[in-house]
Parts: sequence; structure tokens; C-alpha cells
Amino acid sequence: MSIAIPSFKVETGTRASSFSALIGAAVLVLAVAVPFLVPRGAVQDLFFILTMLVLAQSWNLLAGYAGLISVGQQVFVGFGAYTMFGAVILFGIDPIVATLIAGLFAALLAVPTALFTFRLYGPYFAIGTWVVAEVVRLLLAQWKALGGGTGTSLPREATRDMAGVGLLRDHFGMKAAEASDALTYWLALVLAAATIGLIYRLLRSKQGLGLAAVRDNEQAARAVGVDARRMKALVYLTTAFLTGLAGALIYVQKARISPDAAFSVTDWTAYVIFIVVIGGIGTIEGPIVGVILFFLLQNLLSDYGSWYLLMLGLVGILIMLFAPRGLWGAFSDRTGIQLFPVRRMLVGDPLAHTPKGGPHG
Amino acid sequence: MSLLQLECVSKRFGALTVADEISFSVGEGEALGIIGPNGAGKSTLFNLITGNIAADTGTIRFGGADLTRVPPMARCLSGMGRTFQIPQPFEKLTVFENVLVAGSFGAQRSESGAYVRCAGILADTGLLDKANVPAGGLTLLQRKRLELARALATEPRLLLLDEIAGGLTEAECHALVATIRAIHAKGVAVIWIEHVLHALTSIVERLLVLNFGRVIGMGAPADIMASRAVREIYLGIEV
Repeated sequence: MSIAIPSFKVETGTRASSFSALIGAAVLVLAVAVPFLVPRGAVQDLFFILTMLVLAQSWNLLAGYAGLISVGQQVFVGFGAYTMFGAVILFGIDPIVATLIAGLFAALLAVPTALFTFRLYGPYFAIGTWVVAEVVRLLLAQWKALGGGTGTSLPREATRDMAGVGLLRDHFGMKAAEASDALTYWLALVLAAATIGLIYRLLRSKQGLGLAAVRDNEQAARAVGVDARRMKALVYLTTAFLTGLAGALIYVQKARISPDAAFSVTDWTAYVIFIVVIGGIGTIEGPIVGVILFFLLQNLLSDYGSWYLLMLGLVGILIMLFAPRGLWGAFSDRTGIQLFPVRRMLVGDPLAHTPKGGPHG
Repeated sequence: MSLLQLECVSKRFGALTVADEISFSVGEGEALGIIGPNGAGKSTLFNLITGNIAADTGTIRFGGADLTRVPPMARCLSGMGRTFQIPQPFEKLTVFENVLVAGSFGAQRSESGAYVRCAGILADTGLLDKANVPAGGLTLLQRKRLELARALATEPRLLLLDEIAGGLTEAECHALVATIRAIHAKGVAVIWIEHVLHALTSIVERLLVLNFGRVIGMGAPADIMASRAVREIYLGIEV
């Protein structure tokens, strides 16, 4: 039955993808130089875009690939941020080291929350994740050492003496505030690039193939030997880690925390879902497109008060009606362009040089 | 020694008994056909064997191990490959990727280590020209072939086929039978649920007849088809 197959190969790359790798490298180089080129306000805007991109890529991996529609990812933003604050204020740890610790703690928190929420399916899972987020918010609001319900600020010295700030001050003549903005921006850039790289690598691996199978049909995936539960748990832990890192980093830059802000379902989940859905769920390009559009909308409409939210809703509805796979999805369907291709293409003719009569039907 | 052994396996959904103390065994490399009227519990029996439905009572042994309480994933890894009566493709993945999932996870190989085998299976099942097409765009016939291809890619010792010949033309059916015969000839045990009797009897050595979740006959195809009970219940002929 099995035929010796000499002349075929399996490819995932496309011409567009090698082009996009070049563009990506160029953008990255330019992005590294940004703090030396543009005013501080623009660096802060880019920091916001990059951290939202990390949150969006994480949620996209969770919902778009593992099928885990969570509306409680703010729990990892808030818990990561509070862990960072706790480590800095109570133990005097450098904020950057504290950010790494925060990522690990967020992943640790994901273990008990997974035990609870993984018993639920579909909409029940979504509600469950939200409940968990509220519970953690209420618990942390009791923590008097970190300001209880009203919150607290990072000590000024903490961000001023952050590792690397002194270096930037001495060598590039930056002011302390400028230097700490530049530093958090670079960390956000590294985190965003690493997140995209990690997700792309995962999707191209055997595990990524299994994940796609689980997303398409869980019952069939189990029947061909894919451990769907383990796969989902792995994704849940990974996104908790990334979301926790992003949350802590956001609050290093904000330097002021309160439970309501850090566990805000609007800021850290609703906006993130908006970004992923308008950009195109289930693609790596989608959240990138979505976060740029979101930023533009936010800036265009910020003067209109609550009209802003109404407009966001309207844009969301229009895109869902006319481009249900998001802007990138619609573009990609039309042009066939993929910047991050994951499809395994069978190229060449496996039957070449084999005796006739192999295939049936 | 028997490869698969069911002992008094029962399953009830409320008042409805869908499997009633079913006992039978299939030897290494054997081919068994399962027939019975619609609603007799044939697909349920498959789901009990593959673990998609948990048995209420009884034991299911496979390759000497008790698998009664083991989930479907582990049963696949221990050597059961199945097709679904209603095809369940991974719709957004290509045909090749569909088979690759089974060939890498089910057969416990690395992804690149499964490429050659999976391409070969696509050739054997006549799906090679569709290799790079998303499975969601396949016709019913192609979907059924994909079910077979995916089950084969898990490198099963026991292949469970659920009505894969239904709706095929004579020529297509002929090709399918040839494919299954080739698989069986390599020592893979087969359990095949089918209404297309001539396809079934050209492969299997024994037939098992189900009615209302109960085994009402088992034996050589000729004997079974001649038996009065089967003719009355299954063929609906007054004898």
C-alpha cells in the first residue's frame, strides 16, 4: 500500500511571507530607534499600541486558535500589575525584574483558575472567567499594604533608578522620565516581537497543527489521538504568562494602580476583543491591523465623549456584517496574501516514478 | 488471542436500551461486518468501542488491556482507528493537514516523520489531487474518503468503518472495496458497519447482526443471510 515517494516536499512559506520577513526586520530596526527620533508623547502612544498588541495576540491565541472565549483576561493584567507593585513596594525589587516575576505569578494563578473554568464550556466558560476576575479584584482590594480599594503609586525612586535608566541618562542625555519611557517602550517592543514569534512558531509546530484540529472539531481531534485538554491548558497557561507580563509592564509605565483600573473588563478585555475581531480572529496579522485601527479610532473620536464608545460599537457591527472574518480576513480571502503562513502545502508529485495503479477511485 | 473483546457491554439512555449485554470478540487481523436495521445501535456500539460513549456495565478489552474507562484519545493511541458515519473533517485545514494530524498524533511520530506516509495514504485513497484544498470544500464522497485516510494515518491495528460505502456509485464502491481489502491484507483487523451488503461480504469473514441493541446472530455471511431471524428482522421479508 505505501508507495516509495521520491519527489515531493512540504512547504509553508510563500513569496509574500519572505517579503514580509524583510519588511518586518526593517520595521523592527526602525522601531528600536524610535525613542531617539520622536517626542516623548509619541513614544508613549507606541508603548500603548505595543502592549495592546501583546494582549490582543494572546487573546487571539486563546479564542481564535484554542476556542477558549475568555472575557476574564483582565485577571492576569491586574494580578500581574499587582504582583509587580507588591514586589517593588514590599520587597524593593527592581520594576523590570518584578515584571518578569509578575508574568510567572500570572501563569501560577492560571493553574487554579483553569481547574475551575475548564469544567465549563462555551458561554459558561466565558462567564466563569469573568467571575474569577471579579473575585481576584475584590480580594486584592482588601490588600491594605497596596492601598486597598483606592490603590497606590510606585515610589518615584523605583522607576527613576530602574536598571538601564541611569545608562540612558548618562550616555544619551535623556531626562529620567524620558529614559524610563524609552526603556518601557523597548521592553514592550521586545515583548510584542517575542509574542508574535512565539505564537508563529507554535502554530507551525506539530502542537500548532493539533491545536488547529481541536479548534475545527474537538471530537474528531480526540479520535485521531490529539490530547485536546492538554493542548488547551498549555495555551491557557502561555497566554496567562504573556498577559501578566504585559499587565505588569503597562503599570510600570502608568506607575499608579487601583483595583478598578487594573481589573477593568473594558480596558483589558472588551477593547482587546474589539481589536481581534475587527482585525481578523484566527490570524496573526488580524490583531496587528486591529490595534492600529483601534488606536486611530481612539484618537479621532476621543473628543466626542461617550459618542466614542457608540462609534466603536458601530464600527464593530459594520465590520461583523460586511467582513465577518475581520479586515485582514477579508483582505486575505480576496488576495490570498498571508504574511504569516502556517498552511502545509504538499508541493510536487508524490506519485512520480512510482508504478501505475497506486491510487484508487 | 483476540484483539478486541466485549463482555456484556450495556448502555441505556433513560428507558431506551441502546446496547444490551453485547459480547463478541475480534481476532488479530480478522474482518467482522456489522449489519442491522436503522436505529439498531450500530453506531452506538462503535462509540462504545472507541470511548465516545461510556459503557454502563461490562468490559471492553483491547490488545489484552482493559480499556472500558479509557478516553477516546488513549484508545486511538493504543491502535484503534475509526471513521465517523457523518464525516467530521477539520474544515479549515487542508486535506493533507487533516491526514497529517492523524499521522503525527495518532501514530505518535514527528510531523516531518509522517509526511511520506501521509502522502502515500492520500494517494491510496484517491485524494492526492485535493491535498492542498481546505477540507471544508470537499464533497460528501471526498469527505468519506478523508475519514478513511485519517483513520489509516493513525496506523491502527483495528480499523472501525462506519458506513463509508453508502451513496457511492458501483465503480467508486469497487475502488473502495479494493482499498479496504489491501488494508486488511496487511494484517489490520477491520470492523465494518455497512448497508451495502455485497461490498461488505466481499471482505468480511463473519457478520454480526444487531437489533434493538442486541446481538441476534453472528457467523459466516452465507449462514447469517440464510437465517430466518435475520431475514425477518433485517430484510423485512416474511418467511
